[in-house]
Amino acid sequence: MNSSTVRTLLVRGMLAGLVAGLFALVAAYFLGEPHIDAAIAYEEAHSHEHGGEAPLVTRGMQATAGLATALLVYGVAIGGIASLAFSFALGRVGRFGPRATALLLSGAAFVCVYLVPFLKYPANPPSVGDPASLDKRTALYFLMVLLSLLLAVAATTLGKRLAPRLGNWYATVAAVAGFASAVGLAYAFLPSLSELPKHFPALLLWEFRVSTLAVHLVLWSALGLTFGHLAERALGSAVRAESDEKGMESPSAAAPAAN
Amino acid sequence: MAQSIAPPSSVTSAPGTAVPATLPVKAILPWAFFFGLLMLVLLYFVGAEQGATSLISGMGVHEWVHDGRHLLGFPCH
Repeated sequence: MNSSTVRTLLVRGMLAGLVAGLFALVAAYFLGEPHIDAAIAYEEAHSHEHGGEAPLVTRGMQATAGLATALLVYGVAIGGIASLAFSFALGRVGRFGPRATALLLSGAAFVCVYLVPFLKYPANPPSVGDPASLDKRTALYFLMVLLSLLLAVAATTLGKRLAPRLGNWYATVAAVAGFASAVGLAYAFLPSLSELPKHFPALLLWEFRVSTLAVHLVLWSALGLTFGHLAERALGSAVRAESDEKGMESPSAAAPAAN
Repeated sequence: MAQSIAPPSSVTSAPGTAVPATLPVKAILPWAFFFGLLMLVLLYFVGAEQGATSLISGMGVHEWVHDGRHLLGFPCH
């Protein structure tokens, strides 16, 4: 019975991920694509090679069908993983119902999967970044993602351990401070990268990077809200049936958490 | 589709502060292992294939997801 609940949540997570991917696609198309085009125009104007060979995939396809494939597949994948994390986190991180757990989890995931790695190794538009250093940049980027996820799990565990002694509020403050300090240490010790071509427009770089932040913000917000709604409906019916039987008030009218 | 879960004991003990029942880890693990792996493979193809590492020869995958890779923040080229 519990296994089928996990399956239900997994399916709904992937569905919510698809919806989130659609929202992110709209953000990426309207906010991000103009900057990619501008960066490619810059690259072509400053490139020394003028190879006339036809591109494997045209720009038009990259900016539409290609972009949609990438964002929707990414959305489904993170939706699936997030639902599995949700199955584990539900009822284990505090007195949060399904919707609040889903939104908190997706907020934390946005910070760990994107924001923390981004602040050290920000996204680059085409023509920024030396192809020769791609291996190193890829390894460092994924290392940073993995590290921030592991640190977040460690911080959550720490917070749970401290909660009985410090109370929920100060345990959370301590856990977040511990997470931030560890991330700061990682920033200090991991190598920095700066491979900006000379005279690359600063405004374009800034606007491109902010647009990637917007894409992720839309993606993770939409995932948290959509999945929270679907999970609440999947789980809530059981809870509601239970409380109606006993003549209790609906669980959605939850009182503020203690502490 | 909606499946019921074990009744949350907290509903009976603390009215108004419903804490959802936890799902047992044993029920999550098989799904987490197989689907977690599958999802990671999908992420790999969107984020990294034909960049630093290549499972499929050529640049077709890289070129197809090129814009998405840039806008999702992955190192691309």
